[in-house]
Amino acid sequence: MGDHGPAKGFGRWLYTTNHKDIGTMYLWFSFAMFLMGGVFALVIRAELFQPGLQLVEPEFFNQMTTMHGLVMVFGAVMPAFVGLANWLIPMMIGAPDMALPRMNNWSFWILPFAFAMLTSTLFMEGGGPNFGWTFYAPLSTTYAPPSVTYFIFAVHIMGASSIMGSINIIATILNMRAPGMTLMKMPLFVWTWLITAYLLIAVMPVLAGCVTMMLMDIHFGTSFFSAAGGGDPILFQHVFWFFGHPEVYIMILPAFGIVSAIIPTFARKPLFGYASMVYATASIAFLSFIVWAHHMFTVGMPIAGELFFMYATMLIAVPTGVKVFNWVTTMFRGSMTFETPMLFAIAFVILFSIGGFSGLMLAIAPADFQYHDTYFVVAHFHYVLVPGAIFSIMAAVYYWLPKWCGNMYDERLGKAHFWLSFIGLNVTFFPMHFVGLAGMPRRIPDYALQFADFNQIASMGAFLFGFSQVFFLFIVIKTIRGGAQATDEVWDNPEGLEWTIASPAPYHTFTTPPAIK
Amino acid sequence: MQHEQPTGPLSTKLDLRRLIMRLVAVVVAMFFFGFALVPLYDLFCDVTGLNGKTNSTAFIPATELVDTSRNVTVQFVATNNEGMPWEFRPEIFKLSVHPGEEIETTFFARNPQRMTMVAQAIPSVSPGRAAAYFHKTECFCFNQQVLEAGGTVDMPLRFIVDRDLPASVNTITLSYTLFDVTADQSEQVLSAASVSMASSVNTATL
Repeated sequence: MGDHGPAKGFGRWLYTTNHKDIGTMYLWFSFAMFLMGGVFALVIRAELFQPGLQLVEPEFFNQMTTMHGLVMVFGAVMPAFVGLANWLIPMMIGAPDMALPRMNNWSFWILPFAFAMLTSTLFMEGGGPNFGWTFYAPLSTTYAPPSVTYFIFAVHIMGASSIMGSINIIATILNMRAPGMTLMKMPLFVWTWLITAYLLIAVMPVLAGCVTMMLMDIHFGTSFFSAAGGGDPILFQHVFWFFGHPEVYIMILPAFGIVSAIIPTFARKPLFGYASMVYATASIAFLSFIVWAHHMFTVGMPIAGELFFMYATMLIAVPTGVKVFNWVTTMFRGSMTFETPMLFAIAFVILFSIGGFSGLMLAIAPADFQYHDTYFVVAHFHYVLVPGAIFSIMAAVYYWLPKWCGNMYDERLGKAHFWLSFIGLNVTFFPMHFVGLAGMPRRIPDYALQFADFNQIASMGAFLFGFSQVFFLFIVIKTIRGGAQATDEVWDNPEGLEWTIASPAPYHTFTTPPAIK
Repeated sequence: MQHEQPTGPLSTKLDLRRLIMRLVAVVVAMFFFGFALVPLYDLFCDVTGLNGKTNSTAFIPATELVDTSRNVTVQFVATNNEGMPWEFRPEIFKLSVHPGEEIETTFFARNPQRMTMVAQAIPSVSPGRAAAYFHKTECFCFNQQVLEAGGTVDMPLRFIVDRDLPASVNTITLSYTLFDVTADQSEQVLSAASVSMASSVNTATL
């Protein structure tokens, strides 16, 4: 059965165990979620276009901020990375498929059900989740709408999907590498995903436990997070952020791997400091477990706790700085060209660094009392997630799409998409730094008059960014349907096993292991 | 070569089944670790005295020695949680006490509603590091308080400030937040409470 093609019809997608099919489904699913989460964001930005309440009720506004966060984190960014892992990891390590192909199918197909459950809450009496994506108790327990139970089970299913996906990725990387592919020869995307997968299996169960405690508080009369019954709402924040902080690295480490693949290709130099990249990734992953309370500086922690979490957080800047240094050094005196993936990768390095610096500002505990829960925080995490995670995913799509479908994308359109996104994102999120420092709180549907100008600018940028992504959809479909035939190498002498196979990548690859130099 | 077969010539030393078992074990362990964070958090707060948590059962004093050379100010704060309609205040707002001395004071509560209600007071001590040195020998916060419609009560509090209280602490603030836990009670508890207080409240109004 070595070289049969895919089955026909819908059954192909429903029953497939092929890593490429599953990767494709993950990517399309995450793109659909990206557009849906984007629509929620545009509702927020439209309401905030001018002060006062005009378009939506505050209650619905709260549901929009919550659903935007949940859908983007769990529906867009994470599945997109899992999709890329499915497509690329077997091809990068010379394996014929993932280690557990049937579980792979299952971990994808439970996701649409999780998100159907989650979005269905918007149509229920009492509305959907309105407590913010961080769902702090007691907002999410005592004061939650009745639909919160759907939210809890949706999170359970998403968690199960992520855990199964991670086990699969670890098993693939540790067991399926072609002979001679030692750990320190693996491409960095594989390395970063291996570490990410370990983070996922360590923290997704904690999230599952956290929502299970909520479920028990709501329905079974326990008081984990209810002060009246002897519990503690602050405990919720500790449990949540014990998951939540590693989670933000789950959303960025694979991006580091993508950028580390793209920059050497277009700088035409090998990656500077491969080993230090691996160690830096591992250090970031370790540190992510001991910094969670920097999200909670204002809850009334003792000074020793504030100092510990402040210094530990600042320590993360060191391995991250190593990475930025390595990317810049890789480009230094390289023979650079600026195709679309490279533009996204360079924008990643610059804008992610800006997000990192605002993160350092927030890490300063005494200063955080001013920034906490303002738009400065919103600006910070959108700078690390949009030009961080999202730009890296787009860079990856432009970089590997010719390998996946065999056609080159239209370079002019790709560049246009890049510049529209780049301008749109900066116009959206940069003014948020200013209104945040001036004291505009986040998650509020109205604001004081002096914030009006910057909010109008941000809203216009948001619509530009949002509609640019419809353009992205057009470019991807156009490329899949036709375009110049891509060569097997696609780019100028890129590194990696995936470029040694035909374009488009055959349905089955590496059924006999490749020879590793 | 079967592409579905994960093991085979491609497999390295690690046995796939054993690896997956280990990974699943990590997942299960981390799920329970999430729950273990609850007692760990309480333990951490108890040991360090963080969070201003005080003892939740009566303290039995080991010695009756009083340090008359030192005065410590104890302040009392009473707060109603959101939506709690009771009148709730300390009888005395501020006391000067000697460490080691057993002090008794009361908090007043009145239920202005037309139904029996159950309340739970949750204490917190500030500064947090004083919490471990503030011992309650009797406290209304050890139990839930039931008040019939319009009922009032003077709730007792007896405490000892430990003689080992750090010298840098001169003022201790004891704050109570009163929570309405009526909804968490079964109707039987409420009616039993009403009956035991010889109340004329009709359980149907509950």
